[in-house]
Amino acid sequence: MALLQIAEPGQSAAPHEHKLAIGIDLGTTNSLVATVQSGEARTLTDERGATMLPSVVRYQKQGITVGSEAADAATQDPANTLISVKRFLGKTQAEIEQSYGQLPYEFCQDNGALAIQTEAGKISPIKASSHILEALKARAEKSFGDQEILGAVITVPAYFDDAQRQSTKDAAELAGINVLRLLNEPTAAAVAYGLDSGQEGIIAVYDLGGGTFDISVLRLHQGVFEVMATGGDSSLGGDDFDSLLVDYFKQQTGVSTLSSSVLRLFINKAKACKEALSQYAKVNVGLEFDGQTHTVEVTREIFDEIALPLVKKTLRSCRRAVKDAGIENEEVLQVIMVGGSTRMPLVRSQVQQFFDKEPLTSIDPDRVVALGAALQADVLIGNKPDSDMLLLDVLPLSLGLETMGGLVEKIIPRNTTIPVARAQEFTTFKDGQTAMSLHVLQGERELVDDCRSLAKFSLKGIPPMAAGAAHIRVTFKVDADGLLSVSAMEKSTGVQAEIQVKPSFGLSDDQVASMLKESMSNAKDDMQARMLKEQQVEALRVIEALNASLAADGALLDDVQLANLRAEIAVLEEVRKNAQQPSEIKAAIEKVDNASSEFASRRMDASIKKALTGQSVDNI
Amino acid sequence: MRYFELFAVPVNYDIDLATVNKNYLALQRTVHPDRHANASSRDKLMAVQSTAEINDALQTLKHPVKRAEYMLSELGVDIRAEQQTLQDPSFLMQQMELREELEELQSASDPDTAIANFEKQIKQLDEQYSAQLASQLASNDEQQYQLAADNIRKLKFVYKLRNELERIEDSLFDD
Repeated sequence: MALLQIAEPGQSAAPHEHKLAIGIDLGTTNSLVATVQSGEARTLTDERGATMLPSVVRYQKQGITVGSEAADAATQDPANTLISVKRFLGKTQAEIEQSYGQLPYEFCQDNGALAIQTEAGKISPIKASSHILEALKARAEKSFGDQEILGAVITVPAYFDDAQRQSTKDAAELAGINVLRLLNEPTAAAVAYGLDSGQEGIIAVYDLGGGTFDISVLRLHQGVFEVMATGGDSSLGGDDFDSLLVDYFKQQTGVSTLSSSVLRLFINKAKACKEALSQYAKVNVGLEFDGQTHTVEVTREIFDEIALPLVKKTLRSCRRAVKDAGIENEEVLQVIMVGGSTRMPLVRSQVQQFFDKEPLTSIDPDRVVALGAALQADVLIGNKPDSDMLLLDVLPLSLGLETMGGLVEKIIPRNTTIPVARAQEFTTFKDGQTAMSLHVLQGERELVDDCRSLAKFSLKGIPPMAAGAAHIRVTFKVDADGLLSVSAMEKSTGVQAEIQVKPSFGLSDDQVASMLKESMSNAKDDMQARMLKEQQVEALRVIEALNASLAADGALLDDVQLANLRAEIAVLEEVRKNAQQPSEIKAAIEKVDNASSEFASRRMDASIKKALTGQSVDNI
Repeated sequence: MRYFELFAVPVNYDIDLATVNKNYLALQRTVHPDRHANASSRDKLMAVQSTAEINDALQTLKHPVKRAEYMLSELGVDIRAEQQTLQDPSFLMQQMELREELEELQSASDPDTAIANFEKQIKQLDEQYSAQLASQLASNDEQQYQLAADNIRKLKFVYKLRNELERIEDSLFDD
């Protein structure tokens, strides 16, 4: 049955021109999806009207459940119910155990990557995250009828390192989502607030979520959101306050070791107690386990005392970020509160005291990140060609290489605006040395052991020379998503080695491909069809983009160049229509790309010149 | 010099950073990858490369030492990758004394005042060595370039001291 389309007055009567893009807040405790409709960002609800999807996945023999149904089963089935897996992304088992102590999961290895043993097999944190993303995507698709979702902006904590970002992107790919951009959560929140009030000046975003803490200092100027500095702790959040309360319960009830289901009960009670204390001065917590009943009284004073050291820790990060931004506390015009944990009265009062101004809480701290992500997605997908909005983000943690003596040499310091490329030269230290191994690290400390190891690779085939004679140029590139790639080259011979940093914790491209294949194993043809479709869409994008550029700037080429390029485009058009194999289209796209590279660089130079001529005209 | 041209400012060590920042934002509006989110992968790559270059140019021009090193290398004297070659015993002696002073800061009875005093000394040295850079770099004289190179080498020591001081300040604040 055909549906009648009705448009409000003033609203676009041609909804097919509006491309569907979504913003996803993949949170530690809860996840949300939002979109922009009729110019307004709004979060999407499930069939029961709930906005927040608990980031919980339960794996049973008979299937997978995501969300509140899974969360309800946590106490009775803790080992198969994965909660707060975001905290495990990009981490090793040792790191997890050190940070979070006792957890009700059976950790194992799956192809060298960390996984959790469940009834439904080994599940990696990436896979579990992809199931949450799939659920959100399905929710969005349902609310849009049959329309295809063309892309998504997915938020990550600003303080996520490269391994954690890469894992998030892998999860999205597994869920079949086209990622327009990984966006930092505080930046997303600033977008939601900034576009609301159109303000100018320096703002601080204090984001205390379920598992992570971020502080970002931004400058807003005519639609540009320029991140000046960012800091935080990717393993400090609401969950840590819960776990301190669990310790308090243990101490009060005199129980030292807990079974996994009792532990889960304690954690749930702690969370409820913490939330209640945001409203009440005193809470009595009833704990029933092993046939006994205990009641623990928790006053707000007691909780504040327990929580204070953690809150103080967040303020230290704030101080450093303000310093890194090169400003003083007084210059901060406004402080935005993000994340459910900022509902804690202690957090609000401490932040207010630190910045000496009352923090903004007018947008729901649970939804603000998803709303900002939706606004960015709407711009990126091309629904707002006239938008002035531009987000300039930074690298949260320094990137470097291991040098002699287990020290780290920084190549790109933290808070450098991305995208960025930096090169540094190294040399051999032994006569006749023909290979050099490179160890890529991220972090602020001087010793290799104190930084996060991202990747190791080697440059082989260096011609034997005297020590110090070879010039090895190592280039670090960080893209707009904050993802790193590293290449190395010996300059005199041009011997090269290159890697996209796929950390030992993440997935290789092959692994992603095979997991995708696995999930579609019952329909191999589907896979082929999907890849063909993807290449057709990409080819169309290339053709349309090039035709538009030629129409605008064709004058930059002479007649012969123009004719050649047009001929290549015509070939691609043919291949796109008739090819049966995705690889055929891919090859044709590459040919057009090569043929148009000179044109593309001339256009970029021309537009750079134009940008500043326009500027100087304004000045007159 | 390309970096100065990029931001359409005159080639001069004494740089107008306000204009650089303003033009930086104008350039970003044009080239940033987010402005090319729907372009072909070739154009996207081009946008990332251009943006990276503009970001690097800004970092270089913003930082006094990097700006001076960049200008000097464009003038044919590249000291950016050199190993230590400073030959000025009295300067080196002074640096050693400052380092000792720096190490004693943490145990000072009044660290706040001690840090403030030390900061003042560093600032004086900074001004002393950067005072002549503008004229030296504009001199079109090879000998002056060599003097500029020595000033830059000294400034690097001064900036290293400043970084160390910040680290000490951080560690004092942190507990």
